[in-house]
Amino acid sequence: MEETLIPYAGIVTKITGQTPDVKTFRVEAPEGGKLFEHEPGQCAMLSVPGISEAMISITSSPTNKAFMEFSVKKCGCLTDWLHSMEEGQMITVRGPYGRPFPVHDELKGKNLIFVAGGIGLAPLRSVINFVRDNRADYGHVDIVYGSRSKDDLVNYDEIVGEWMHTPDFNVHLTIDREQEGWDGHVGFVPNYVKELDFKPENTCVLICGPPIMIKFTLPGLIELGFDKTQIFTTMELRMKCGIGKCGRCNIGNKYVCKDGPVFRFDQLDELPDEY
Amino acid sequence: MQKMMEKRALELLADGTVSRVLGWSAGEFPYDMTPAVFETAEELQDGFVYNDFCGANLSKYLIKESRKEGKILVFLKPCDTYSFNQLLAEHRIIRDNIYVIGIECYGKADVEKLKAMGLEGITGIYMKDGEYTVETVYGSQTVKAYEAMAERCLACKSKKHVVYDELIGEDGEVVTDCNRFDMVEQLEAMTPEQRFAFWRGELSRCIRCNACRNVCPACSCEQCVFDNPNSGVAQKAAVNSFEENMFHIIRAFHVAGRCTDCGECSRVCPQNIPLHLLNRKFIKDMNAFYGEYQAGEDPDKKPPLGTYTLGDREA
Amino acid sequence: MKKLSLAKLNDLFAAIAQREALYLPVDNGTGKAEYTKWQEGTVYSTALNTGRSAKDFFFPQTENLMEFKMEGKRIDVIDTREECEDFVIFGVRACDAASFDILDRVYLTDPVDTYYKNRRQHGTVVTMACGRPAETCFCGTFGIDAADPKGDVTCWTVEDGYVLRANTEKGEALLAAVDGLLTDTDDKAVQAAQEKTRAILAKLPLAALSTEGVGQGLTKELFDRPEWASLSEACLGCGTCTFVCPTCQCYDIRDFDTGHGIQRFRCWDSCMYSDFTKMAHGNPRVSQLERFRQRFMHKLVYFPDNNDGLFGCVGCGRCLARCPISMNIVKVMKTLAKGGNK
Repeated sequence: MEETLIPYAGIVTKITGQTPDVKTFRVEAPEGGKLFEHEPGQCAMLSVPGISEAMISITSSPTNKAFMEFSVKKCGCLTDWLHSMEEGQMITVRGPYGRPFPVHDELKGKNLIFVAGGIGLAPLRSVINFVRDNRADYGHVDIVYGSRSKDDLVNYDEIVGEWMHTPDFNVHLTIDREQEGWDGHVGFVPNYVKELDFKPENTCVLICGPPIMIKFTLPGLIELGFDKTQIFTTMELRMKCGIGKCGRCNIGNKYVCKDGPVFRFDQLDELPDEY
Repeated sequence: MQKMMEKRALELLADGTVSRVLGWSAGEFPYDMTPAVFETAEELQDGFVYNDFCGANLSKYLIKESRKEGKILVFLKPCDTYSFNQLLAEHRIIRDNIYVIGIECYGKADVEKLKAMGLEGITGIYMKDGEYTVETVYGSQTVKAYEAMAERCLACKSKKHVVYDELIGEDGEVVTDCNRFDMVEQLEAMTPEQRFAFWRGELSRCIRCNACRNVCPACSCEQCVFDNPNSGVAQKAAVNSFEENMFHIIRAFHVAGRCTDCGECSRVCPQNIPLHLLNRKFIKDMNAFYGEYQAGEDPDKKPPLGTYTLGDREA
Repeated sequence: MKKLSLAKLNDLFAAIAQREALYLPVDNGTGKAEYTKWQEGTVYSTALNTGRSAKDFFFPQTENLMEFKMEGKRIDVIDTREECEDFVIFGVRACDAASFDILDRVYLTDPVDTYYKNRRQHGTVVTMACGRPAETCFCGTFGIDAADPKGDVTCWTVEDGYVLRANTEKGEALLAAVDGLLTDTDDKAVQAAQEKTRAILAKLPLAALSTEGVGQGLTKELFDRPEWASLSEACLGCGTCTFVCPTCQCYDIRDFDTGHGIQRFRCWDSCMYSDFTKMAHGNPRVSQLERFRQRFMHKLVYFPDNNDGLFGCVGCGRCLARCPISMNIVKVMKTLAKGGNK
């Protein structure tokens, strides 16, 4: 009988440095191809046995049939180890876990606004590339992405090289402070979102980033006329099992690993303020 | 006793000497009091309780409580005052924010002993003339107080309060013939194999709940090595039987010289492991090697493991 | 119903033990009974409840999940699962038997925990109806009948022996295998025993404890109640309540370097521990108040929310007896019910 706690071993076939503390890891099955299929916004448990296991969002789109990708920020035991590894080494992966962004229903046919800060782009990238590959199913796309500096923008080459050239895609980049060689927007994401004056009609917002960014962006969107039922985010809490059994990632009666990580803001309002 | 304590607490609250009172609040049964902070006269009158089952040593709570605004009144039994002094010596509590009332103590009762006598369904316990009348749903029974006395109290080392601002009841004396090392001597007399078997038997019951560590006034580290993911020994369960032993042995080493032998570790152990025996072995050895020393007796006295003299035993 | 005479209890144990491993409460020498494997000479303890709960049989404190062989850049995942052997647990009380239903709802819902399921499938539970409940008992609060426990087989102690009733196929198979020791009987003696027990249950101090004020759908009402501060103030943050609890099911997964490879094991964890929810960038439950609240909200609100109103407590009373500072779910329930200002 299959046991979800037992992971697959996968080969890290490519490691791309994104920013000083973010790297993207391409993972393939030993026999080639993907270890398993997933939906945009789902996560997987990555592990180096003997170090630890951690839940990481799958940043590649399910439409990518060749491999999976994970963008990982160096910030703890396992991630430090991942950042020191070489191409060709194996890691273990299990999943996919959690409820994805509702790309097949609620988001279908809508204009989409993606709001991301720093490494928060990782889970949204999966949706963005999914939308690019199913362009006809969605309306106009806006991407607001901010970081501390230009060097901290994840997936910069892909954003400039591909997203900016996708029909009906508008990419709005911003960095926190002025920087030499940057002639784009400067300022924090929450203010930028308000400045861009988005219209709420037939539109959904997908937001991911530091809690403080989400906290200040939300009132701005409400001011612009958005309803909480139009805004989605993805959460992160400490997890061990990924299947709602180990008991630690709950917010009230919901387990982030199983009932999330994707939540609509009106659903989050129903939960106690403990995240 | 309870009346006198409550009256004094009310007075000190009323005249502003203290703003809070650390004592015990009533439980569901006659024996399950919980340490509690009372802030008003009403709270005290409603819930304050003191009886023979108030065994908890309140001194460790002062690490947190004495850092809060205002002065707190605490009731300490003689053995608790040693823990208090030791915490003071380690700069873990702020003396100026604490008002200590020493309370006389003739030994605390252990409800587990009553239950072991087959007393189930306890609904009331009444003390009179050195006897407890225990009422249960199956009838009532009279038990001599000493038969229900906690193990640690049977070997009480001191009825003297080593620190207090005022006393309720009489101050006692250090008990010189407390025989608290009897069991340690029995263990020392065993062969290494017998001793190993004894400790394997006891420690194998450990469920790593950390109650002994968390209750221990000498375990006041901001982060315990066993909770530190970078220490390499942070485990929530024993990986193997070796580690099962090591947790308690390492802990005993860490509190050696600072443990006042308050006995809280053994009181709280849900698996009835006589953990205090490890600490007593250290105390006994230190007494032999470096001269008689009682942690917490005098906060200004130099601890044997914290000082070096030319006469120190080398090995 | 089947009858076993007093003198034949040991024969029953021997007959079961010949077929499969038999575990039953035995005095462990510290005044407590613990489940111990039966062998000739083992004496069954009639103690009301074991120190540790019966959950250990299905959800042990530690268990190995898998192993990894690490060689150069290569990792081999080794599935070390094995089919568990049949076993019988005898003497389980009504509360612990009810806890299995709660654990099942966690571990047997999709995706099934195969480690748990394996043991559950191979374990046969023989319950023992209570005759001398204690003051700490409150299983009745959660609709559990101490005089008529569940399990594969239910056993009652009656005046001149034991009466057994099979409740499941597994139970019937067990009784059929020891049929030579049993005789047929009616339920008169059982009814008498039940009446006696129920009369005592009604007199217990917690007999009137109700679930009023807690339960399904009350997160908003209870989460921010000011009483959590005073309730949690003396909590030591140890794991005693969670580890003796028959329904606490949280776990941690950790790796251990055996020197020959990596062993991945799981062990009980406790929401009372400070590192339970700690992440690299912070902790959503910053103080003991949040951790304490989580434990009781889970049992009294969140679990019922997700399980058709079923409470995550069976009233066994272990936490009442074992908490170092005597704080427990009964005090929490009473405090929350009292202060309700709806």
